[in-house]
Amino acid sequence: MSPDHAHPRSLFDKVWDAHLVTQETVETPALMYIDLHLVHEVTSPQAFAELASRGLDVRRPDRTLATVDHSTPTLDFAPGETPPYANEQARNQVETLQDNARKHGIELHDWDSEHRGVIHIIGPELGATQPGMTIVCGDSHTATHGAFGALAFGIGTTEVGHVLATQTLLQRKPKSMRIHVNGQTGSDVTAKDIILHIIAQIGVDGGTGCVIEYTGDAITALDMEARMTVCNMSIEAGARAGMIAPDQTTFEYLRGRARAPKGMNWDNAVAKWSELASDAGAVFDCEVHIDATQIRPMVTWGTAPDTGIAIGDAIPTPQTPAEQRAITYMDFQPGEAMGEHRISQVFIGSCTNARIGDLRIAARVMRGRKIAPGLRMLIVPGSVSVRHQAEAEGLDKIFRFAGAEWRQPGCSMCIAMNGDRGEAGQLVVSTSNRNFEGRQGTGVRTVLASPATAAASAIAGHITAAGSLMEAEYV
Amino acid sequence: MSDPLKPDFARFRSRTFVISQENIDTDQIIPARFLTTTQCAGLGLNAFHDWRYDEAGHRRSGEPLNALDTAHQQVIVAGRNFGCGSSREHAAWALHDLGIRVVISSEIADIFSANASKNGILPIIAPKIAHHWLLEHDGVEIAINLETGRVDLGNGPSFQFQIEPFARRCLLDGTDPLGFLLSHDAQISAYEARTT
Ligand code: SF4
Repeated sequence: MSPDHAHPRSLFDKVWDAHLVTQETVETPALMYIDLHLVHEVTSPQAFAELASRGLDVRRPDRTLATVDHSTPTLDFAPGETPPYANEQARNQVETLQDNARKHGIELHDWDSEHRGVIHIIGPELGATQPGMTIVCGDSHTATHGAFGALAFGIGTTEVGHVLATQTLLQRKPKSMRIHVNGQTGSDVTAKDIILHIIAQIGVDGGTGCVIEYTGDAITALDMEARMTVCNMSIEAGARAGMIAPDQTTFEYLRGRARAPKGMNWDNAVAKWSELASDAGAVFDCEVHIDATQIRPMVTWGTAPDTGIAIGDAIPTPQTPAEQRAITYMDFQPGEAMGEHRISQVFIGSCTNARIGDLRIAARVMRGRKIAPGLRMLIVPGSVSVRHQAEAEGLDKIFRFAGAEWRQPGCSMCIAMNGDRGEAGQLVVSTSNRNFEGRQGTGVRTVLASPATAAASAIAGHITAAGSLMEAEYV
Repeated sequence: MSDPLKPDFARFRSRTFVISQENIDTDQIIPARFLTTTQCAGLGLNAFHDWRYDEAGHRRSGEPLNALDTAHQQVIVAGRNFGCGSSREHAAWALHDLGIRVVISSEIADIFSANASKNGILPIIAPKIAHHWLLEHDGVEIAINLETGRVDLGNGPSFQFQIEPFARRCLLDGTDPLGFLLSHDAQISAYEARTT
């Protein structure tokens, strides 16, 4: 895989080439080998049923990793009790995955696991996500794992069945896009602000059909958790996947994790991973340049993720019927600042922003303060181990003192299918990734923001940047 | 997941139903709270649920979707970037269950498009002019020939469309992608031997 100067290849090209079982032809797509298949309860039952109906086994249970996250309650319950599921269907769905995992010998991070949590949080946490891999999951935010230089993308349930049965997928090579983010960001700007800014620039279909590589000094300066936040929302720009070349930051994050290579294997792996970065002269179908110095803390005003504006900027005048519909749904007026509206709920969680660094930022803003009267705030860690780490650092005490609810891990209000949701008409500030109509409950008006902004807004009771609250050093 | 009533996409005629909104995401097509099912069947009942029903569960009288007649209207013409958002195949299952067999837009999100063609729904990308004409002419009768890649709009600007050849084969003759993959067992084993 050493650089070939005659044929420079991108990171994406290298991972793609290394996983071809058969080449694509005019008539048929390539067969692509999948190194890691992540499975959760919502998009897998019909796939397992298809295998059963054909009498097929799971080809590589050792390359399959499962957890329960979407339909699982985040309320506490006593050991030995049945979890307080929202309904019987949710319980049935979780139990179906438990049965399927048992039957096929798949590692399932279930209720008793230290690594139960949102599927895209636990893959990296376990060191299962590694550079150069192909990773798929019946979930569009699989792009998260691209932060490690993996080619990671979401698939439908039929394809979940294909991977379970054959460890391969039929794929045409997507187009490629490179987004350069250069310049120093302000000290109040976080990864969430960077990606909301990028999506606002290129639009919700700006990356359709593409695999994006993020590069530039503002990207390499990010730690792994922040890089995951950026790659996570690639799908919100319509892209299939987002990738960042692995570097020393990546290797340091992975070193010593449960599934990371050990001993000599580690050195060999790092040597191999170090060759993955795009060669000089690699060609992309499209290149975009973003000036990082222009990025400010962002929030969305509409019902699509590309409606980001800097906090304090005026809500724009709608230019299209879609924008008109959005502003009506959100009950905003053009020209207003977002801060003029009272908020009802704040949600800190999801595979975008529920890692330990996100909770540390929120705690730094909230330390010693109370959330606004009448406001409800849910803080939902991304995994059991994130929850335990936060408790070891005393973050839970800060959240509880502030009046927030400190929950068990899961997707929770990101998708609002486990009973955690908003009420019609409520304005909710959320660190998740989608502000679609009704995503967080029928009629709920979602504003996407970073954990810092979400925490500061919970204190203020209206949308506000963390600004000076962030400066109070968290000890 | 297969359909007993597979349409013949080489000679397909139906009237259109226009949903001109752009960026219709899969949360609109099937809201997340209906995803706790472990089946594919029955999701049509809740397709576009929150557009069709109010919070009390009553049909919204002004909502055109409540007048959709899929006995005659099996083609949705949608605004740009249809099917964006979540990868849930439930969106394709719901539309199919509702009776939809074709989706036409100027842009269709990648994962939805792949899910659609695996479930007996033909995704068609129309050129801007034809797309615009279709959005303006709700309920027109159109003819589709997947073999030649042609859509006939009668008085409107007929057009050619592209579709990935393997997806076309699956839609036309019912080729089974999983069966195709399974037939490559030897190559897959060889790949595994080579790389691990
Ligand atoms: S946290 Fe939200 S976006 Fe992430 S996997 Fe769960 S539902 Fe999907």
